[in-house]
Amino acid sequence: MIHLGASSSGVGVKKVLSLVTILLVSTIFAGIGHAKDVELIGAGATFPYPLYSKMFDVYNKEYGVKVNYQSIGSGGGIRQLINKTVDFGGSDAIMSDRDLSEAKAPILHIPSCAGAVVITYNLPGTPQLRFTPDIIADIFLGKITKWNDRRISEINPGVKLPDMNIMVVHRSDGSGTTFTFSDYLSKVSPEWKEKVGRGTSLNWPTGLGGKGNEGVAGLVQQTPGSIGYVELIYAVHNKMPYDTVKNKKGNFVTPNITSTSKAADTNLPDDMKVMLPNTDAPEGYPISGFTWILVYKEQNYAGRSEEKAREVVKLIWWMTHEGQKITEPLDYAPLSKKAVEKAEKLIKSVTYNGKPIMK
Amino acid sequence: MLGNDTSTELKYPMTLSKDSATADALTKIHARVKARWKSGFSESSFRKILYFAGICVLVLLVAIFLSLVIASFPAIRRFGVGFLFGTTWDPVKGEFGALPFVVGTLIVSFLALIFSVFLSLPTSIFLGEYFTEGGTPTFIKSMIELLAGVPSVIYGFCGLFLLTPLVRSLEVKLGVAPYGVGILTAALVLSIMVIPYSASIGREVINLVPTDLKEAAFSLGATRFEVIRKVILPYARSGIFAGILLSLGRALGETMAVTMVIGNSNFLPTSIFSPSNSLASVIANEFTEATGRLYLSSLIELGLVLFMVTTVINVLGKVIVRRMGVEG
Repeated sequence: MIHLGASSSGVGVKKVLSLVTILLVSTIFAGIGHAKDVELIGAGATFPYPLYSKMFDVYNKEYGVKVNYQSIGSGGGIRQLINKTVDFGGSDAIMSDRDLSEAKAPILHIPSCAGAVVITYNLPGTPQLRFTPDIIADIFLGKITKWNDRRISEINPGVKLPDMNIMVVHRSDGSGTTFTFSDYLSKVSPEWKEKVGRGTSLNWPTGLGGKGNEGVAGLVQQTPGSIGYVELIYAVHNKMPYDTVKNKKGNFVTPNITSTSKAADTNLPDDMKVMLPNTDAPEGYPISGFTWILVYKEQNYAGRSEEKAREVVKLIWWMTHEGQKITEPLDYAPLSKKAVEKAEKLIKSVTYNGKPIMK
Repeated sequence: MLGNDTSTELKYPMTLSKDSATADALTKIHARVKARWKSGFSESSFRKILYFAGICVLVLLVAIFLSLVIASFPAIRRFGVGFLFGTTWDPVKGEFGALPFVVGTLIVSFLALIFSVFLSLPTSIFLGEYFTEGGTPTFIKSMIELLAGVPSVIYGFCGLFLLTPLVRSLEVKLGVAPYGVGILTAALVLSIMVIPYSASIGREVINLVPTDLKEAAFSLGATRFEVIRKVILPYARSGIFAGILLSLGRALGETMAVTMVIGNSNFLPTSIFSPSNSLASVIANEFTEATGRLYLSSLIELGLVLFMVTTVINVLGKVIVRRMGVEG
């Protein structure tokens, strides 16, 4: 239907075709020259992608190792790691037992940074609101339907809440943000845990779905009376209002980089497979979560060379130490000291043929 | 046309054969063999290439269908036919049912079709009958074809940022829940996207109505409108419908634009304003993060359902087109 204007000269078309062919062929050959440099491939979570992008760029300039990270989602990263097509995976969610058994070999979860999920809303006058865990759970369960509900106004004295319906906005696509948020809700609300549970995609009891952080943000910003959840970084960059939440120790904490890191300032298990939401840390923001780098504990699989395994370990060590300097300027929360200690132990346990790579 | 190429006729010299009759016969045979070799070679091998291409397409289609079936086997084995009627889509508990998405897809697509016909049919008549030649009609034709070239993500953005507030204010006026997104918004966006397919084909078909039929009607005293209604449209009916069928096929499979404005709610829709979800939109949204064989195979089974729904509708449509063509 689209007419490619009658070519009066067949020569013109021929020239274009040959030019295109030359370009295509040259791109094929361009990649062959660098076979000697070690190149690492990773795939997974979209949340840390801006951070990893910058990290790998800096790492490349310092060490000359090229790292290629594809942000295809935590699920995709886990799947590629199980299929052994990538050197490491990135995930906002802990691998389920089912996935781990499919992998047939132990996979380490090494945290690289932390993020927070904030509750954003759209009310006339944008008042600063405070929420308690049960209120959040009941709003997203569809049990609290009006903004001027007694429970909300009790917690927020002095704020004039309008008589509007609460419209819930959630994620339509599978995401680590949803995983972190639903983990929090499962921990603070037994009804949520039973009815909905924790996962990257959920059977939401109520509300509209938006695609990606930007979809949720777009819907919330457009719809008066709506409430939704987005990553902290996203809310900060887009100047969206978000609330303070009461944490386990009873403090109302404002979500920011400091309180997110502080959420990890508590007893952490050795394998770091911990979901941070509803943390014990007194000054920690309760809806925080790690994002992990996933690697096989035993690096000699599928014919991998020892050199490659060493490069992977070096990369992860750098990411959890020097690389942490890059987190704050990009509004990501750096790992707390306790988290770094545990990460070091995990990295040192990565082996090649049974021998630990890093002493 | 079969290479009666007498220029290559070879005349056997008299000396090579005993008598002129044999020489003539040999010449004729030689000529015929050469002619058939030339034309037969190109003719039959050309036909073979065409057959091969056609069979390739068929094989591809069957391969797609088979790979969908094989990949969705865990889900088929688990849910059986109940998958088509289940209303719960719960990835956490492992319960999957496709009914809300099938209903959403069908409603949005058919609604979009109805909306689009209101614009595309008059456009086809306008460009096919009234203003067929000239600068402005050519410009309009190009603009309509440009509609087909706009990426669907752009349509999604426009729908989300331009159309949604309008629909929301309408909902506020009517006193319904002011979602803004939902079936109506998705159908409106989709209807604009599928206009080019039915408009272009309709225009061509209307243009092809034989002039003597029209002139006969005019000479009998019919008005322009009567000619359109009683001669052109009945004649072009099957072609116009085929164009509409093409639009429907596009509408059923459209993913990006729909997923941005449909509201993504996994419940059965209750009204034209309620949010819903479509098969393609669910697959696109959840596929990358899906882990677990049952979840993945359920998503692929959604794709299989979409494939079969599209096939059924296309077959039905073809039957109707043929029916219309025979009558007209």
